[in-house]
Amino acid sequence: MINLIVMGFLSAGVFFFITATIGLLRFPDLFTRLHATGKGDTMGASLILMGLAIYAGLTPETIKILIMLIFILLTSPVAVHAICRAIYATGVKPWVKEETK
Amino acid sequence: MIFELIKSVTFFELIALVLTVTAFICLYRVVFGPRVGNRIIAVNVIGTKTAVLLVLIGFIFDSLYFVDVALVYALFNFIMTIAVSKYIEMGRI
Repeated sequence: MINLIVMGFLSAGVFFFITATIGLLRFPDLFTRLHATGKGDTMGASLILMGLAIYAGLTPETIKILIMLIFILLTSPVAVHAICRAIYATGVKPWVKEETK
Repeated sequence: MIFELIKSVTFFELIALVLTVTAFICLYRVVFGPRVGNRIIAVNVIGTKTAVLLVLIGFIFDSLYFVDVALVYALFNFIMTIAVSKYIEMGRI
């Protein structure tokens, strides 16, 4: 039963990683790519780490994995925001869809 | 021969394989990204992927000191992204 839960967490995490990768490649603009990877990455990593923490059970490793999970949840958005600020400061304008008549 | 190979892959190894393939796909954006912005995003994505992959490998080989390595790697990845983005914004660190 536990393995089913772990497999569910891991497959959901991989799904978010794949969507983050597709978003990174397919989106037209810097900011939309940041939009996709910022969320997809954090969510995918946290799901996989939560699944592994459940799989590891009550061991010292679980505490380390949970510390890493909390760290990624806290700092990944901050990193993406820092990149966004840096790009915006160098004068990259957000992408606007051309109005097709 | 291939069929036995495919059958003997455990679930963790499958997840690790998918993560590695997607990390290499992100490498495209690092190489061909038009400007420096795309490259940082892709490097940031590959960094978190590698950190998670390290934890997975720790569980695959049952040698659980990899979790500490992955934790330190995630710390470095964050510091690197902040340093590079500050360098771009202000021209110096």
